[in-house]
Amino acid sequence: MKSHRQILDLNGSVPSVSPFDPERIKLDFPIFSRTVHGKPLIYLDSAATTQKPQAVLDAIEKYYSYQNANVHRGLHTLAEEATAAYEATRVKVAEFIGGVRPEEVIFTRNATEAINIVAQSWGEANLRHGDRIVITQMEHHANLVPWLMLSRKTGAELKYIRITGEGLLDLSDIDEIINSRTKIVAMTQMSNVLGTINPVEEIIEIAHKKGAVVLVDGAQSVPHLPVNIGALNADFLAFSAHKMLGPTGVGILFGRQELLERMEPVTYGGEMISDVRFESVRWNTLPWKFEAGTPHIAGAAAFGAALEYLSKLGMENIRRHELELTAYALDKLAALDFIKVFGPNDADKRGGAIAFADNDIHPHDLATFLDTLGIAVRAGHHCAQPLTKLLGVNSTTRASIYIYNTADDIDHLAAGLKEARKYFRYV
Amino acid sequence: MSDELDSLYRDILMEHYKFPRGRKKLEHADIHNEGQNPSCGDELEMELQLDGDKIKDIYVSCVGCAVSVASGSMLADTIKGKTLDEVKKIAETIRKMLKGEDIPDHIDLGDLESLRGVKKFPVRIKCALLSWTTLIDALATKEQGVKTNISTTE
Repeated sequence: MKSHRQILDLNGSVPSVSPFDPERIKLDFPIFSRTVHGKPLIYLDSAATTQKPQAVLDAIEKYYSYQNANVHRGLHTLAEEATAAYEATRVKVAEFIGGVRPEEVIFTRNATEAINIVAQSWGEANLRHGDRIVITQMEHHANLVPWLMLSRKTGAELKYIRITGEGLLDLSDIDEIINSRTKIVAMTQMSNVLGTINPVEEIIEIAHKKGAVVLVDGAQSVPHLPVNIGALNADFLAFSAHKMLGPTGVGILFGRQELLERMEPVTYGGEMISDVRFESVRWNTLPWKFEAGTPHIAGAAAFGAALEYLSKLGMENIRRHELELTAYALDKLAALDFIKVFGPNDADKRGGAIAFADNDIHPHDLATFLDTLGIAVRAGHHCAQPLTKLLGVNSTTRASIYIYNTADDIDHLAAGLKEARKYFRYV
Repeated sequence: MSDELDSLYRDILMEHYKFPRGRKKLEHADIHNEGQNPSCGDELEMELQLDGDKIKDIYVSCVGCAVSVASGSMLADTIKGKTLDEVKKIAETIRKMLKGEDIPDHIDLGDLESLRGVKKFPVRIKCALLSWTTLIDALATKEQGVKTNISTTE
């Protein structure tokens, strides 16, 4: 099998019996050799940030040990190699999201910064009183607050696509919500709380017919699903390296070239200029127009290693693995009558970020308890406060999976949830 | 289960969590304040009724974890009937205790002793502090007559 070979290549050792073997993948991640409170680490918080394989850690060390120099402005060997490593990742990103032009790929600090660039640059230039911004009720604060502020600054109306009881987008009145006054639609492709995979292609088509541009928040989707800009037809896509095996401090903004060409930079300084006089300045060409100052070169180089790792595994294979594991986890949780799961019951409609609530135990107490068993989950509102309130709670517990998680991890979670009931004396 | 966990979730703390004190709304309140820890979503409402410089009655309603709810409940139990000066001293002692600083031996903390285990869980200290910070801010507001923001320990 193709994927079998891919695993072989990655580890360069004994062949595995399973085509996608998370147990073998785990061996590539040094963090899984540690214990937490004397127990093996069971990491179920990848929607917050993923762990890093050795290849990514090596790439960071390689850059600082042997190539360290600033990019784009040196004539020596090190500067040339650092620039090559930095720009090579840009090309890899462009290929990874379906073969866009490298100049359409902007390095940012994270998905949040990428969205802010669009809201500030494109938004402030194109929106005025009477216009409409459309987002959804399931947005992360990163794709909500910038639009709320843009609405305040410009007087444009901010309108929300509602969610159904099942946690899907309610598209029944989508033609009225996305109206002819709508200038931009910004939405997540996969909810970080509900896990819901949204029908972004369909919504993008509707938005384009009304003349609106569309930004897709891919922070949760790009790490877990094959995402192809050509098929999506999105105008902007934002995501973060650290949620897909890469380092923190590196994000990506993809934008269609004709839009980016017309946009003003939002951060000024070195690198983003082509000509500076005492009285005037001309901007650099794409993509550097948006990359002021020294970027996270080591991070970008290491993100390249992360993309190679994911590509070898294959995004289709990753989705298949997560689909199976999500279905398994939903079944396991459904069997616990004291647990309520938020979001779609059907794994086909969702990714592997699963928020839930115990009938009696508060999420923080539950997370602290699970931590003593070596199980890392997240508790809180997951940076989606309005959505959490909408679900009728103040916080939830969230387990989220990735390539290195196994059915055994889910079994431990379910057993831990039962144990917590005993510990806090609800049984 | 681990001893550390037992030192956090002591029986007294769990008893306060399951049966919190001070949950009856006051007919007349002299001081009102709200507390919130945005990153966890904990929300707290507090009302105080004064009799001269003494706390005559208190209402604390907290939506949160066992640690924050129990801490608020113990607060209600402890400060009722005490003078404002006494209350400030207790609040300062609790703050020190939660941060792992030395506290004087002669102060009788009663059930509040059970919050000692919290300092071993640095991420949970803010839960235990929420009601106390809300109280301290409420008293300061009363003295200075200005109220700025919702209280928080984040």
